[in-house]
Amino acid sequence: MVGAGPAGLTCAVDVRREGHEVTIFEAFHKAGGVMVYGIPEFRLPKALVADEAGVLESMGVRFEMNYLVGRTRKLLALLKDDGYDAVFIGTGAGLPKFMDIPGENLVGVFSANEYLTRANLMKAYDRVRAATPIYPSERVAVLGGGNVAMDAARMALRLGAEEVRVLYRRTREEMPARAEEVVHAMEEGIIFDFLRSPTKVLGDDSGRVAALEVQSFELGLPDASGRRRPMAVRGSEEIIPFDTVIVAVGNESNPLISRTTPELNVDKWGHILVDEKQKTSMDLVYAGGDIVLGAATVILAMGEGRRAAQAINEVVQ
Amino acid sequence: MHSQHKVISKRRLSDEVYKMVIEAPLVARERKAGQFVIVQYDEDYAERIPLTIADADLEAGTVTLVFQTVGASTHKLATKEPGDGIVLLGPLGNPTHIEKFGWAVCVGGGIGLAPLHPIVKALKAAGNRVTVISGARTKDLLVMQEEMSAAADENILVTDDGSAGRKALVTEPLKELCTLSPSPDIVVAIGPPIMMKFCAETTRPFGVKTLASLNTIMIDGTGMCGGCRVSVGGETKFVCVDGPEFDAHQVDWAQMMTRLGAYKAIEKAHHDKCHMEMEIQEKIDAEKEGAK
Ligand SMILES: Cc1cc2nc3c(=O)[nH]c(=O)nc-3n(C[C@H](O)[C@H](O)[C@H](O)COP(=O)(O)OP(=O)(O)OC[C@H]3O[C@@H](n4cnc5c(N)ncnc54)[C@H](O)[C@@H]3O)c2cc1C
Ligand code: FES
Repeated sequence: MVGAGPAGLTCAVDVRREGHEVTIFEAFHKAGGVMVYGIPEFRLPKALVADEAGVLESMGVRFEMNYLVGRTRKLLALLKDDGYDAVFIGTGAGLPKFMDIPGENLVGVFSANEYLTRANLMKAYDRVRAATPIYPSERVAVLGGGNVAMDAARMALRLGAEEVRVLYRRTREEMPARAEEVVHAMEEGIIFDFLRSPTKVLGDDSGRVAALEVQSFELGLPDASGRRRPMAVRGSEEIIPFDTVIVAVGNESNPLISRTTPELNVDKWGHILVDEKQKTSMDLVYAGGDIVLGAATVILAMGEGRRAAQAINEVVQ
Repeated sequence: MHSQHKVISKRRLSDEVYKMVIEAPLVARERKAGQFVIVQYDEDYAERIPLTIADADLEAGTVTLVFQTVGASTHKLATKEPGDGIVLLGPLGNPTHIEKFGWAVCVGGGIGLAPLHPIVKALKAAGNRVTVISGARTKDLLVMQEEMSAAADENILVTDDGSAGRKALVTEPLKELCTLSPSPDIVVAIGPPIMMKFCAETTRPFGVKTLASLNTIMIDGTGMCGGCRVSVGGETKFVCVDGPEFDAHQVDWAQMMTRLGAYKAIEKAHHDKCHMEMEIQEKIDAEKEGAK
């Protein structure tokens, strides 16, 4: 199993139950994937995830931590040289997307992944014990309208920001975040600026974020996704001061495994292509979770891990 | 859950520079010149620090890291003793592109000499003539000199204070070499960003291809966070997956240095505090020694 996220952990359990030997290779030093470095402690206590991983260990699943398949070892070498009969790739969504607007590399602009990883995995919220510095923020802008944006906004508040605003191009109805998450965020005092999106990040003399240039939008006709397409209102730009900008507009696929495994077919976004049994273009190699679906959910990732396990149990005797 | 690598040995090369050998057989097997690892001195609260691999021993299954104590985390790392465990992930990044260029000039500044060494060796093995320019603030910080002189065809020493070699910056001999005819076919620079930037400015008018190995802030080192991003030729690149080496003439150095300085004030405070603590500890140790 490559990756100890929900997809890889689920697949591991089901394959191990059939009596096969199972090793999980994980790039980080902790198991759980996004459940440990993305989803904040206040929504999913890390101790629960660690307990689950402990259950796998007691079933005899081996964990090889700090092991980046593609770099520490090529995928093909696992099959050819190391004696594995099948491989499941559950490496998650990976590469964060940015807005592609000027000023995005200024100090104080973070991907939600970076912001949440600093806070969750390295416990930067624990000011006394944590070594990883957390950026001192007063006015935070979160860009995006999904669950990740909600988590980042609520985390920023907990890390001491005075004002956190979520900027979203459409309206509350089109937000991909679960309604419950939006309600929680609103209850906690996060401000929502609907129909607004930045066009530029402005910096101060020292290269730090000072403000956003923000444009207003109105909703037009439905687009391919069925949601009404936001259209920029000309001349509506205004400048709003911020010291921190967190970009939560989704992820692309991590190219590491596909780059180092040319035999593996991916679509134009880098998602690994699989058949109905989760099998990839390579024999004995299966994939599932966010690396196949794009950013999805824990449940969907687990479902794909389970389906892949069935297929693996059929081919490995 | 086994997630730690064992420290095999530690040596203090100078006041602020340590050399650590760490058990990591898989990394030793796969690593190539130019790649790096990420280390963490503990699993819960530590920062993740990228360090370029200075050397590896395939038979012993170890990698060698050389680092300078600059912030809280590197100080903590320096307190690890043989037998202790640390978190280590690698090898990361793309290996240096090695081929027979002809004449290669490798410029190393301070601690950058350590990661430069395997590149010098690889370039030499590929049949290049290799000239090294070793520079540092002062003689004490000129690390890996024996190894460097053994690996390269020539090794030009410079220090800021003249305590070893010429009293000059690395760019002085670099410029002289560029004015020769034929000029170098390739320059590889590893050191503080400001040094790499000035190396790029020195070689630019001569049109000598120049590579620099970037040492940005990193979190995961696997392409997941974007914290390591830099602008190269107007495009945003992730140093951990697209680098760490880039065309030095295309790197937006000003931006990179600003991003590196994002936590400077916090780090400076840590450094002073850690240094004080370390000095106090050293005094205590010395007194204990004296009492024996
Ligand atoms: C902030 C945030 C909040 C979310 N909230 C929710 C929510 O409330 N409910 C919900 O259902 N979903 C939520 N999601 C989505 C959900 O977390 C993901 O869909 C799910 O975790 C995907 O599981 P996965 O196993 O495919 O990948 P991941 O969880 O991403 O795990 C992949 C693992 O593989 C490792 N890895 C990557 N590359 C390699 C490699 N080359 N070698 C070895 N290891 C590697 C990674 O380190 C990681 O541990 C959220 C996501 C985020 C980012
Ligand atoms: S260090 Fe996180 S993407 Fe490079």
